[in-house]
Amino acid sequence: MTAAPLQPLISRYRALHWLGRWLRDDPRAGVALAFLVGLATLAILAPAAAPHSPTDQDLDAILMNPTVGHLLGTDDLGRDVFSRLLYGAPISLFASLLAVSIGVLLGVPIGVSAGFFGGRYDDVIGRVIETMSSFPGMVLAIGVTGALGVGLVNSMIAVGIVFSPEIARLARAQTLVVKNELYVDAARTFGASTARIVWHHVLPNAMQPVIVQVTLLLAIALLVESSLSFLGLGVQPPFPSWGAMLARAYANMEIAPGQMYPPGIAILLTALAFNTLGESLRKALDPKLKQRMTV
Amino acid sequence: MIKSKWWKWARRRALLVVPVILMATFLVFGLLQLVPGDLAVTLAGEAPTPERIAEIRSTYGLDRPFIVQYLSWLAHVAQGDLSRSLLSGEPVLTSILNRLPNTLIVVFGALSLSLAVGIPLGVAAAVRPGSRIDRALATTVSLGVALPSFWLAMILVSVLALDLNWFPATGMVRLSTSVSGAIWHTVLPALALSAAGAATIARQLRSALVDVLSSQYVRTLRAKGLTTTSILWKHGLKNVSVTLLTVIGLQINRLFSATVVIEIVFAIPGMGGLVVPAALAKDFPVVQGVVLTMAILNVTINFVVDAIIAYLDPRVSLS
Repeated sequence: MTAAPLQPLISRYRALHWLGRWLRDDPRAGVALAFLVGLATLAILAPAAAPHSPTDQDLDAILMNPTVGHLLGTDDLGRDVFSRLLYGAPISLFASLLAVSIGVLLGVPIGVSAGFFGGRYDDVIGRVIETMSSFPGMVLAIGVTGALGVGLVNSMIAVGIVFSPEIARLARAQTLVVKNELYVDAARTFGASTARIVWHHVLPNAMQPVIVQVTLLLAIALLVESSLSFLGLGVQPPFPSWGAMLARAYANMEIAPGQMYPPGIAILLTALAFNTLGESLRKALDPKLKQRMTV
Repeated sequence: MIKSKWWKWARRRALLVVPVILMATFLVFGLLQLVPGDLAVTLAGEAPTPERIAEIRSTYGLDRPFIVQYLSWLAHVAQGDLSRSLLSGEPVLTSILNRLPNTLIVVFGALSLSLAVGIPLGVAAAVRPGSRIDRALATTVSLGVALPSFWLAMILVSVLALDLNWFPATGMVRLSTSVSGAIWHTVLPALALSAAGAATIARQLRSALVDVLSSQYVRTLRAKGLTTTSILWKHGLKNVSVTLLTVIGLQINRLFSATVVIEIVFAIPGMGGLVVPAALAKDFPVVQGVVLTMAILNVTINFVVDAIIAYLDPRVSLS
């Protein structure tokens, strides 16, 4: 067998091996990962797994306690809380992914180019990043959502914009380190174009801390999405998101305080899982820690 | 010598605040460019007549080039004129000044509470790394950071206010009316806001203290026979005060964000209670005014924090 077709196999094996060792070294990360994979599966299967429609109202059975037919009871319009929680999962997860993706799509090119080209361009970008970080994130997100118009996608675009300076700052700092590495010099000596150097050498090597940050930002995005939906700026009724469910629970707090617990616990556990994964990834990817383990 | 260096540093740093605030005004004004469609039609409300749209276009100068609009808006802002609310007609600056004290009480209440809980926890964990306290802290920190603060606020209202009646569920009392009343109303919102802050402060303080306590000079001090307590008070906390101040700066930024939502839960007439309904109703002058005010406040407070850090740690101002 020639070496050429073997190469991807080896690297795939290495990735699996690395994944296995990471999860063995830190079982909590395994639990977090399993929870998120399970949640994503439930989110995809929600239409099949949910016992009721999330929007079907039954005004004869409002604010019911949990029964066999309604595992988590019903809300103020007689809708099944368990089904709404299931249908809320894909909406909340999609919202977090959307916000972080927009943050990455804006932040990474800006940060990498600023770090790579330097000079006046870098100065200007640095000032813009500093200015955007000076706004309290939630306030800016509310302002941008107000301008774009309320709704899930608009509010998550707003959150993505708020995230972008932080990602740009990280990508920039990492690019500054990577661009002086020997292999970048070597590529330049071989006459590689700037685009090729950035795409093939700088970008892959500058991404590690960004990946860690992205995992942690997913937790923040989830919390911000639920806050914005709670405020009425995100998901619009009758669609269920965990934050929107908390908004209804808040309105009925005096007569049915139990309503706030299912969506709140769902948010807490999911954010906890993202954070656990991110912190563990940070440790696993930290070259200093890795060295200590191998030496 | 060091003091004069600090003054020089502080002056230079203060000059850097100006372009940031200027650019913030530009971004805040630019928010309107994000409004889809014709701004004049949006502002005119439902079923607008062509005359009304034309009137709005000339009142707000929407027929002029963007940069002219911006400069004329900036000139007004510089004189303290943040325009009027489209809904109530009240000057935006007046609404902000009326509500800002309530937000500041909640934010500084939460900050004090975070420090009061976070510092002892962090010290306790750092003194015995790996102990039960240390591990319990690690778990608490993970939970504290993942907890949606407005959900915690709802639980606090439900249990401590509605069930047990210990605290008022909603509203705020002016500090000038009744100090005890104001503190009374601040407890629950500050508690809800401080969970994540206390967790972060404890974690950062712990890791900074662990570094200091395992350093060479602390080992020397121990060899000289000093007790852990006196090392901690005389050398440890002094050395980590810079870490602590840095965390405080970041916390203030986070609290200004989180308080907006918490104020809605507790129906506190603060900045959040102002900006959220305004964003929902497309009352842009109010939204712009609040966003700009919060940014300027945040920049100013963080400048003061940085200046204190530079004063305590001459390495900052000398570099």
